[in-house]
Amino acid sequence: MGAMNTALKNPIDVGLFATCLVDLMRPSVGFAAARLLERAGCTLHVPEAQTCCGQPAYNSGDNTDARNLAVNVIAAFEGFDYVVAPSGSCAAMIRHHYPALFEGDATMTARCQSLSNKTHELLSFLTDIMGVTEFEAEFEATATYHDSCSGLREMGIREQPRALMAAVKGLELRESGEAQSCCGFGGLFSVKYPEVSGRIVDAKSDAIEATGAETLLGGDLGCLMNMSGRLRARGSAIKTRHLAEVLAGTAPETPAIGEEGDKD
Amino acid sequence: MRSTTRNFVDNAARGLADDKLQAALGRLSQGFPVKRLETISRLPEFEQLRDDAIAIKRHTLENLDSYLERYEENAKVSGAHVHWARDGDDAREIILGICRDAGAKTVTKGKSMVSEEIGINEFLADNGVEPIETDLGEYIIQLRDEPPSHIIAPAIHLSGAQVADTFKESHDELDADRDLSEPRTLLEEARAILRKKFLAADVGITGANMLIAETGTSVIVTNEGNGDLTQTLPKTHIVIASIEKVVPTLEDAATILRILARSATGQDITVYTTYSTGPKRADDLDGPENYHVVILDNGRSSLLGGEFEDMLRCIKCAACLNHCPVYKAIGGHAYGWVYSGPMGAVLAPALLGLGETHHLPSASSLCGRCQDVCPMRIPLPRLLRQWRRRWFETGGEDTKTRLGLAAWAFLAKRPALYRPLMAIGTSVLKLCGGGGRRFPILPRPEGGSFVDQWKRGKR
Amino acid sequence: MKAARSEILANVRSALNKKDIEIPSAVDERLRAHAINTVPARVSGADADRIAIFIEEAERASATIERIKAPKELAGAVTAYLKSIDEEQAVRAAGHPLLKECLAEQTILEVTEGPSDGTDTVALTAAFAGIAETGTLVLCAGSESPTTLNFLPDTNIVLLPEVSIVGTYEDAWAALRQTMGSGVMPRTVNWITGPSRSADIEQTLLMGAHGPRRLHIILLADS
Ligand code: SF4
Repeated sequence: MGAMNTALKNPIDVGLFATCLVDLMRPSVGFAAARLLERAGCTLHVPEAQTCCGQPAYNSGDNTDARNLAVNVIAAFEGFDYVVAPSGSCAAMIRHHYPALFEGDATMTARCQSLSNKTHELLSFLTDIMGVTEFEAEFEATATYHDSCSGLREMGIREQPRALMAAVKGLELRESGEAQSCCGFGGLFSVKYPEVSGRIVDAKSDAIEATGAETLLGGDLGCLMNMSGRLRARGSAIKTRHLAEVLAGTAPETPAIGEEGDKD
Repeated sequence: MRSTTRNFVDNAARGLADDKLQAALGRLSQGFPVKRLETISRLPEFEQLRDDAIAIKRHTLENLDSYLERYEENAKVSGAHVHWARDGDDAREIILGICRDAGAKTVTKGKSMVSEEIGINEFLADNGVEPIETDLGEYIIQLRDEPPSHIIAPAIHLSGAQVADTFKESHDELDADRDLSEPRTLLEEARAILRKKFLAADVGITGANMLIAETGTSVIVTNEGNGDLTQTLPKTHIVIASIEKVVPTLEDAATILRILARSATGQDITVYTTYSTGPKRADDLDGPENYHVVILDNGRSSLLGGEFEDMLRCIKCAACLNHCPVYKAIGGHAYGWVYSGPMGAVLAPALLGLGETHHLPSASSLCGRCQDVCPMRIPLPRLLRQWRRRWFETGGEDTKTRLGLAAWAFLAKRPALYRPLMAIGTSVLKLCGGGGRRFPILPRPEGGSFVDQWKRGKR
Repeated sequence: MKAARSEILANVRSALNKKDIEIPSAVDERLRAHAINTVPARVSGADADRIAIFIEEAERASATIERIKAPKELAGAVTAYLKSIDEEQAVRAAGHPLLKECLAEQTILEVTEGPSDGTDTVALTAAFAGIAETGTLVLCAGSESPTTLNFLPDTNIVLLPEVSIVGTYEDAWAALRQTMGSGVMPRTVNWITGPSRSADIEQTLLMGAHGPRRLHIILLADS
């Protein structure tokens, strides 16, 4: 494994916030994330009390429920040195949006702020905080990468996954001109306005297919599920995966998103 | 103008199904955004200019009453008539009054979104004054009796063939068999027809991109020169501008101009930037004898100091439309009113109320691209969320979403209940092989919960 | 409408939580100081070649440019240009002293002075300033510069002395304040950057929408 940041305290207690989608839909991303964090030298904790960051409520204007869920997350995670989520969007929710939920409540704002400051998205945490440069991973494929909106615009994640991908043996990155374009997911948006969302993910799929890549990689399961669903519905053979699976080397044993595997 | 925003879902479906519109929207992506990047790359100070421009607007809004008063004072010194309009009704009456005093039969108009907002054309026409839009795009949609589909390129939804059909129908005095297959011929035809209208008009109405307090000046920016012909040739020039258009000084205007066209069309500056201060002077050889400015509030003062105040920084550049995945999927008419795209989705609820417009803030993936490209760094996603919150809090959100959210939140707050129930859910989903055609977004789950498996020692 | 005025201002003040209707001195100070914000270094630096940048930027905006060395060369330049675009040797000219001086002895061109009524095909005007930053011409309405000339004729020929080329927009305002005094503006100031255009039909860029189809700038060197 590549260079690491040795200036950090020992042990580094990291609370893994798996996110509700990974927890329920694709546990293998959680295991991959855990593996990467442990290999980077973190002491891993997976609080059982975790469910969801509250983003669906927050983005629906339901701040009361969002607040209640935030209280859960804060209580479950505030004891760790860092909180890491394999999702830019859930990490951004905690980091950038929790504080706004508790305006006027000094105690909660302070607790929020302290949690915000130590909450990170997985891939950027590994490079920026843990100083990892590579995982000695191998993945024989051409791939294109999707920059998820929250990760890109709220968390500043762009170069980090690319640096990690560059060190993966056999992986050839084929950038799409639309890598930074929204896939049309937007949580409940895709449920409430499926036709509009569908057109956006269609355009996105065109761009992905145009790269000729065999695999679509990304760092947010919501977007990945959305794109893989559309690609599969279009009959595309492109396989969709979270980048953590590739880096952790769990990809060969895990069917791509939406694919049938024999593993149960 | 009457809004059809209530029917957003149907409007959007129509947009999605319209092949010509889709082709036009495809062209849009290859146009303005590409040019924007190119021009910005040649101006290293761009980000700093954005910050300066924001500071100018913030300062002005904090002192809006003072700058409006100083603007008015200085405009009057130059001989301008300054009128104040609380709302569309006030503004329409004022403008009609001026037109009547001028004995106006025809009125030429430069492109002005505020004038669309107050529906001046319909009103003037109903009162026997013929309004003629002169911006090429506005002219085309006026002939077609359509609202603008884009705030700076109002006819962007149309193909050349559609424009040709419109011209053949409307310009029935011309040879019916003439060849209008090229954009150039269409432009020439409109130019010739509108040239006569310019020369014959009794009153010219323009908007204003800015009002400058220091000098009592109004500013318009155009590429066609139609705004200038509109305001120079008739005896009377009426400017209609909303209250947030005021800026302190000529220098402040310069800063905003540096980011306006670059963000809008990707030009360094528009072809024409015109500063007007009062009516024709003693030694002037041309220009209007009367110069009126109508300062319109129409709900803007109520945004001041509130959670939507940031929206008052908007300079109507349309960068947020040009980069919006939703706008580019459905086009501007789906928004059902004058303003479209992210800025429209924030502004329309403020001006028309949420009952009419609640779909607009909801119909966004909140991808944040708009905020990134907005020269004024208006936090559009945050403002959209704020409207969603208001809608939810006032009980507006539909029952299905409301109940769904409540049930899910109830469980998610109780992990001991949540996990076993969700496990059942994912097992069922897995048995079904995912959400299928109806919900392609839901893949076949892998099975099991990560947290549960981890707890049981799986690694 | 008095009522509307006071109502709007009162609404603004109450939204701003302002009790006082006095205008704060900071506002007037700002108006008086008209301070300069960020300006592009490329044209504001002491060693910037403003003429070269002006030419480059004006050409980028699709204007055509030529340079003459002395006032008496103007007629010849205009004549040659008109020939090149197949126009008759007739111009509607602004009654600007510099143009008068330049055209005093020429006999080829038919020159009439005054504003345009839309029947002239070629305008000849003199600019107050040129702004290097974007290749922009500044024309100020007045007896020496009717506004209609800038918009009605198909061809717009503008004489610009090279000494009048400034770097930035702010420099142009400074020059104007020097001429007219602070806070005073001509009835109209036209900033013109290239010929008229529209991309309203299928986003196809076409020159000559409502205003001039061509803009030809003649730079007059320092004498
Ligand atoms: S919100 Fe921003 S990007 Fe959109 S039109 Fe207004 S200023 Fe331009």
